[in-house]
Amino acid sequence: MAESKEIEVREAEKQELAQSGAERTRAQQAFVPRVDIYETDEMVAVVADMPGVDAGSVDINLEQSVLTITGNVNEKRPEGYTLAYAEYRTGDYVRSFTLSNQIDQDRIEAGVKDGVLRVHLPKVRPTSKKITVSAG
Amino acid sequence: MLSNPFNFRSSFREAERLRRDMNELFEMLDRGPRLSVAATYPAMNVWTNPDGAIVTAELPGINPEDLEISVQGDTLTLRGNRSADALGEGEAYHRRERGNGQFQRAFQLPFAVDAAKVEATYELGVLSITLPRAESDKPRKIQVASA
Repeated sequence: MAESKEIEVREAEKQELAQSGAERTRAQQAFVPRVDIYETDEMVAVVADMPGVDAGSVDINLEQSVLTITGNVNEKRPEGYTLAYAEYRTGDYVRSFTLSNQIDQDRIEAGVKDGVLRVHLPKVRPTSKKITVSAG
Repeated sequence: MLSNPFNFRSSFREAERLRRDMNELFEMLDRGPRLSVAATYPAMNVWTNPDGAIVTAELPGINPEDLEISVQGDTLTLRGNRSADALGEGEAYHRRERGNGQFQRAFQLPFAVDAAKVEATYELGVLSITLPRAESDKPRKIQVASA
């Protein structure tokens, strides 16, 4: 791996969720998590940076072909301290994707570790057999 | 301070300025300090009290063993590495927004730190470093002896 590569400052920036038609019910600010999406023959994988989110506060929803990932963050404010200087804000995470593949909903797997959500969306295995048309 | 209490115009201005300052103060208490731009990755928040500070940074998906935290005087230095996922055969990225690579950041605190008592925790992708203020740096109360 390229060991000398450095993370750029812009990676530290959090993009606020743009206000869409529906308003949020939680008063907290919401952010768009940074994601990596990759595909294999069997599945589509979504990896999202959601610091502060644990397994209990994450929600994955697939409706029609729209995948929505939501992570609620309950910020832990250090007791007895006041925030004197801030470079980032904390808040929930929301992001939606339209999937182009047929996904096998029953086999979706997801896990959160160290603030990173990984969702594996297995593609529907082709069940139809190839039909040969015989001339005759 | 009112420069001249008998000058109506200037005291009006003073009152107006005071009102504005108060508004700003209340806004600050309500929402916290204004957002500053991070000099380098990662972004940091600093919480303080008279006895020290807690510095937090969002560093999702990091191996804590790859983090190097050092303190000297009033300067906190953070070094680390965020490695990329290794993709297997036949796997291709559609989107790649999560950064990876090395990072290093030095941060100056408003006081000297007791380096021996610094503690750091890494939970849910958030690093939190507790930095107690050095005893020698704390203000000393001076008793006035009556003669």
